[in-house]
Amino acid sequence: MRVVIAEDHALLRDGLTRILEAFAFDVVAVVDRGPDVLPTLLEYKPDVAVLDVRLPPTFTDEGLQAAIAARRQAPGLPILVLSQHVEALYARELLSDRRGGVGYLLKDRVSDVAQFVDAVRQVAGGGTMMDPEVVARLLDRSRPLDVLTAREREVLGEMAAGRSNAAIAGRLFVTEKAVSKHINNIFTKLGLPPSEDDNRRVLAVLAYLDS
Amino acid sequence: MRGVETRDWLREGLRAVASGILAVALAVLNFPLFVLFVVSLVLTPVLGIGLMLLPAVTALIRLRADLARRVAGWHGVPIARPYRPKPAGLAPIGWGHCKWILTDPATWRDFAWLLPGAIAGLAIGIVTLALPAYGVEGIVLLPLWMYLGGEWSGYGVNWPIESVGEGFLSLPQGAAILALGLAVAPYLRRFDALFGRLFLAPTRAAELRLRVTQLTVTRADTVDAQAAELRRIERDLHDGAQTRLVSLGMTIGLAEELVDRDPATVRKLLAEARETSSTALIELRHLVRGIHPPVLAERGLDGAVRALALTLRIPTTVDSDVTGRLETPVESAAYFAVAETLTNVQRHSGATFAYVSMHHTGGVLRLEIGDDGRGGADPKRGTGLAGMERRLAAFDGTMTMSSPPGGPTIVTMELPCASSSPRTMLSSGTD
Repeated sequence: MRVVIAEDHALLRDGLTRILEAFAFDVVAVVDRGPDVLPTLLEYKPDVAVLDVRLPPTFTDEGLQAAIAARRQAPGLPILVLSQHVEALYARELLSDRRGGVGYLLKDRVSDVAQFVDAVRQVAGGGTMMDPEVVARLLDRSRPLDVLTAREREVLGEMAAGRSNAAIAGRLFVTEKAVSKHINNIFTKLGLPPSEDDNRRVLAVLAYLDS
Repeated sequence: MRGVETRDWLREGLRAVASGILAVALAVLNFPLFVLFVVSLVLTPVLGIGLMLLPAVTALIRLRADLARRVAGWHGVPIARPYRPKPAGLAPIGWGHCKWILTDPATWRDFAWLLPGAIAGLAIGIVTLALPAYGVEGIVLLPLWMYLGGEWSGYGVNWPIESVGEGFLSLPQGAAILALGLAVAPYLRRFDALFGRLFLAPTRAAELRLRVTQLTVTRADTVDAQAAELRRIERDLHDGAQTRLVSLGMTIGLAEELVDRDPATVRKLLAEARETSSTALIELRHLVRGIHPPVLAERGLDGAVRALALTLRIPTTVDSDVTGRLETPVESAAYFAVAETLTNVQRHSGATFAYVSMHHTGGVLRLEIGDDGRGGADPKRGTGLAGMERRLAAFDGTMTMSSPPGGPTIVTMELPCASSSPRTMLSSGTD
């Protein structure tokens, strides 16, 4: 699987490269500056890109901007955005094109190497991975999606974190069938049209972020 | 020692007499200025002329008044400028300009001063000059008399002079009068300055307005400086310790994955992790020192500056009577100002020796930092000094720098601050 990495700190750049290569990823390009990100992504069209939010020269959010721009020009290009802090606002911006293949994780998550590699694979496969921190913060909010039951909100949170039905079932100690029933209820209540597409999951998560 | 005192007294007297000559000359200028001002006022209704004349005449009067303020300053009577700041974007000529001038009470106080100021200046100035002049006359009377042979009616108590013996008496009398004249001259000058201050100093309202203007500026500067400082800290944390900790997690995570497959690599990874963790700690320590040095918290300004001096490459002595603790914000501002200055000394001066002296008297903390380097430092160049000045200004502190080419460079800072609290005399009382 071909990967592009954008990270300005040499220490983390080397760490990411080492981890991904240890798990048989092919790191085809590594960039350390914001302006280089977009051309590199469009040139290599990798299977997945791992981008840092804050990059030189302005040290603001050029990584995030590059991700959004790249997905505008190459729709659905799988991108995993890493940051030292997470904001629901950024998550919403990343998801706003309503396609899958997006991840947004705290850099801390990389230290659980197996889970991180799994996340990269999921994003590459078109999944949506939101950091538990984003999810938790939204769950803490005072204005929940009132149409959903407490259980359905829980399931939605798990979906936002990028988990499959089986994984959700395991975590909530229910059967997979129950999970898919909850999910269908969520789709119905949020008015998302039925389709075979994974896209509906993204839309549900987006609704969740927008709530 | 006595000789020095006599010389000082003589110099003071002569300076005062010179200043008296200046005062008389300047006082004369007041009369035409008075006339000009009245004329331009009368002509103001005659639109074109008055509007053109008034700003120019006012500028001249202010120039003259500023001169009087400066002269008063020489005699220990500092007088602040009372004028309202010029509104931004004001045309140099026109009604707006005249309005700004005419609504400023200081304009009218200057005007009110012109005549009394001139009369007082002339009267006091003439007395200042007359006494020493008469003294000199007494001293040179006899030689002049002998040389010119003219008719001299009398001098001092001998009136008229009737014999050569009486003529000789004029010498000691003249010397005494000259001495008296020189002795009282500084007091007369001071009296003149005090009289001028009645008119030329800002009124209470003007003083408050000046203060508000100054506080507005320093407050904005302080807020800016603080925001920049916080941003710097955020950056340092983000790029420093936080990044190291993330990297540490990655390394340990990878080691965990490889522990069964590749023990040799794992050992290397763990060594790397240990190194990263100690680097992260070092960076945190540096950062903390930049925010509030622990030694400053523990020992106050005196201890912190001594600790700093020990770490410099240039031998630096610290002379301080700052015992006890100052208010925390002042202490911190003073410390960073000293630290910044010493960093500059180390970087740019080429000095072989530096000193810091810190004295806290009468509610003012006075800091002096000097070196024997090459001098020529320009306070306008570089942001460090300007930043320092702003930081001090937030506490009504001031900074001045003297750095002639070839050195030495001396930076003086003054910070008003409340007297130290006695509770921590312990730390400084023991050594």
